[in-house]
Amino acid sequence: MTKGIKDKVAILGMGCSKFGERWDCDAEDLMVEAFSECIEDAGIDVSQIDAAWLATAKEELHSGKGGLPLSFALRLPNIAVTRVENFCASGSEALRGAAYAVASGACDIALACGVEKLKDTGYGGLPEASRGVLNSMWWANYSAPGAFAQLASAYRSKHGIDAHDLKRAMAHVSVKSHQNGSKNERAHLRNLITEETVLNAPMIAEPLGVFDCCGVSDGAACAIVTTPEIARSLGKTDLITIKALQISVSNGLESGFNTWDGSYFHTARIASKRAYEEAGVTRPREEISLAEVHDCFSVTELVTMEDLFLSEEGQAWRDYLDGFYDADGGLPCQIDGGLKCFGHPIGASGLRMVYELYLQFTGRAGPRQLSEPTLGLTHNLGGAPHQNVCSVAIIGRQ
Amino acid sequence: MTGIVTFGAYVPRLRLPLRMIVEGQPGAKQGRKTSGERSVGNWDEDVITMGVEAARDCLKGNTATIASVCLASTTAPFADRQNAGVIAGALNLGETLASQDLGGSQRAATTALLNALHSRSGAPSLVVASENRHTRAGSPHERRFGDGAAAFTIGDRNVIAELLGSAARSVDFVDHFRSSEERDDYFWEERWIRDEGVMKIVPQTIESALADAGVAASDITHAILPSPVPRLREKIAKAIGLGESAIAAALEGEVGDTGCAHPLLMLAATLEKASPGETILVTSFGQGCDALVLRTTDALRDFTPRNGVSGAIAIRREISDYAKYLSFAGLIDRELGMRAETDNKTALTQYFRRRDLLHGLVGGECTACGTRQLPRTRYCINPNCRALDAQEPFCFAETPARIVTWSADHLSFNPDPPSYYGLIEFEGGGRMFANFAEVTAGQIDVGSPMRMSFRIKDMDRKRNFRRYFWKAVPEITANRNGGADR
Repeated sequence: MTKGIKDKVAILGMGCSKFGERWDCDAEDLMVEAFSECIEDAGIDVSQIDAAWLATAKEELHSGKGGLPLSFALRLPNIAVTRVENFCASGSEALRGAAYAVASGACDIALACGVEKLKDTGYGGLPEASRGVLNSMWWANYSAPGAFAQLASAYRSKHGIDAHDLKRAMAHVSVKSHQNGSKNERAHLRNLITEETVLNAPMIAEPLGVFDCCGVSDGAACAIVTTPEIARSLGKTDLITIKALQISVSNGLESGFNTWDGSYFHTARIASKRAYEEAGVTRPREEISLAEVHDCFSVTELVTMEDLFLSEEGQAWRDYLDGFYDADGGLPCQIDGGLKCFGHPIGASGLRMVYELYLQFTGRAGPRQLSEPTLGLTHNLGGAPHQNVCSVAIIGRQ
Repeated sequence: MTGIVTFGAYVPRLRLPLRMIVEGQPGAKQGRKTSGERSVGNWDEDVITMGVEAARDCLKGNTATIASVCLASTTAPFADRQNAGVIAGALNLGETLASQDLGGSQRAATTALLNALHSRSGAPSLVVASENRHTRAGSPHERRFGDGAAAFTIGDRNVIAELLGSAARSVDFVDHFRSSEERDDYFWEERWIRDEGVMKIVPQTIESALADAGVAASDITHAILPSPVPRLREKIAKAIGLGESAIAAALEGEVGDTGCAHPLLMLAATLEKASPGETILVTSFGQGCDALVLRTTDALRDFTPRNGVSGAIAIRREISDYAKYLSFAGLIDRELGMRAETDNKTALTQYFRRRDLLHGLVGGECTACGTRQLPRTRYCINPNCRALDAQEPFCFAETPARIVTWSADHLSFNPDPPSYYGLIEFEGGGRMFANFAEVTAGQIDVGSPMRMSFRIKDMDRKRNFRRYFWKAVPEITANRNGGADR
């Protein structure tokens, strides 16, 4: 194992726009909104940023290709801007670019920005993917909910769980996130829901109903990172540093080799092991104070808790029903509402997760502030269960 | 001796009860036939896909020796792109192959069969007859027609039925027609078709064929007779001195009249029940007449039974409602939603480059570790192998599979929602994230057995192109019902 970047990179400032149906905003407005908060928090001038990374997944819908959209929106001083795209994990990829640039010593201060403007497509859900050449000729025609719903069939079958019990546990995932999201003024969805509402909602992809699916939102989030030394020289104290930042990418094994049973994320198990090793975490269920995971669908969050070794295999559904991941439970998960309620502007989501940890560590989380969190985990997933990009990051006080 | 070596058939699982058609018409007339049903191609089936299924039933995996393939149809999807070539690709017949489409008449399939039987090359050939018939809503033909396909191999070894004689007549008698620009047939008066057409052309042609074969009408065990208008078979039989018991069942009320494919579908059904040494008369009517006299041989006794016509008829699902049929047949302008607007342009370069995968469902088998995989790639997928360029082609089309994961998706575009799909695992290794077809609610779960079926994958409505690929369908044996269509 390589040495990694534990404590080599500190967060200097962060910002996040309000997520939601931002009918009155362009992608430019969202980037400026997030960046304004971020640079003020960092306490630096734009001229001090050495390089920037822009994450956006559906650039054809809103911002355009390359690094130009960010450079134009912020009128950056002709610095390097690299656009990254790694499905829904793009935001984590941008942070990784900026963090690695700082850790390597190539940059003193780097910016990561993620943005997505999904509500200009006319669709209720995610827009249709553009048709590739070979893949669309032989891959099943599928949607995101249909792909993630596959987890439920395999998980239920593998562990012998009654379909209704699993559906109730999944419902609890969403009920909990709505409770948390209701306390977050930046969140897309702030209404409270009941288990009955979730269970009786119209079906999207069996067994996922409408309330098992996350919001499709507009939004942007930013992070400015530097070294702990520079952060202190700029007057920062109580530094928040990156403990681990890992990405694992499928190579086709899940959908092509007869070993994966479809009930878990092969990559998440690899990325989380690597992240715990990088951060020096040995007992994650006890050591992690809070988690922001990629709850694109209720069942995704549920099985992910096992892939992150926070729940025992086959037991996450019980942990949910027992309230272990509630705001007042053993390990609060999605304390900001998660993708489910804060929303899911694709390129911004990975950075939004880190933003919540940052607020919690700096005591700025308002009505949802947890008491004395020490170590937080983000899990940001792009793709589908059978082929995906998985990022796991661990953030904490230095 | 050249003759029929094997036969197979396919009838779409979907059936439209005639009652639904009658009840679906404004001012439904009393006394119309409401019992029975007809077959209906699903939204992702056409002449090519049904032809592939019939040929698979016929070939049972023995594709190596086929030297030529002929598709007979008047409703093939492509006017200028050989439809038989698509079928040959899906069957993995190789490319050292003669192929042709034959159409233009209700005699197309019998002519194709005759051509193959008259061929002196001796090399095995495949004749496929397939029709996906279009009618206007409420027309009498909507109740009479059906969709289906039959396939035969012709060769000179293990012949189960030999040709004793034949005859043909070419008469431009226009009982109905369909111009190249039209989807629907236009028919003239039935009494004229009967008296001046069928009864003056068919019996004479049959007599010539019997003379050519040296067989008397009374020697015929099974007579496959055309009936472009109702109740003509008995009249033809009487005219040639044939007992009514010899008239082969026309599959009315089960499949319907499958056009040019029908004589061959009836022949396949007849051969299923026939014994060695029986004489079979096959006729067709369409701007003239073809008549063939066949005799079954002792080899029929050892013939491995196929799913055949009776098996295909038994695997059935009733369509849920008339409106769904109208929508599949393109007879109502249905709202498909924004997700149907996606441009499905096909990169023909890519389609050609990977034609073994896309039409033949050919993946790879690693010569280093034995792992089967789909698609065939440069590096082996086995993480403990990763051999480069070590895979031999392996065809998954006939390999049974089971469901690993699945869902029913109500969001993505599908002409018949919900869209069923999931990960399937092939017996002996290899997997695929596949679209499913012919699934009914509650029918499948993790572990359910599936078989592969060649289907339309996407329609490019902008350019009127259709792209084919393989889907997984629930494996159903002939004596089980296909479940209700919901």
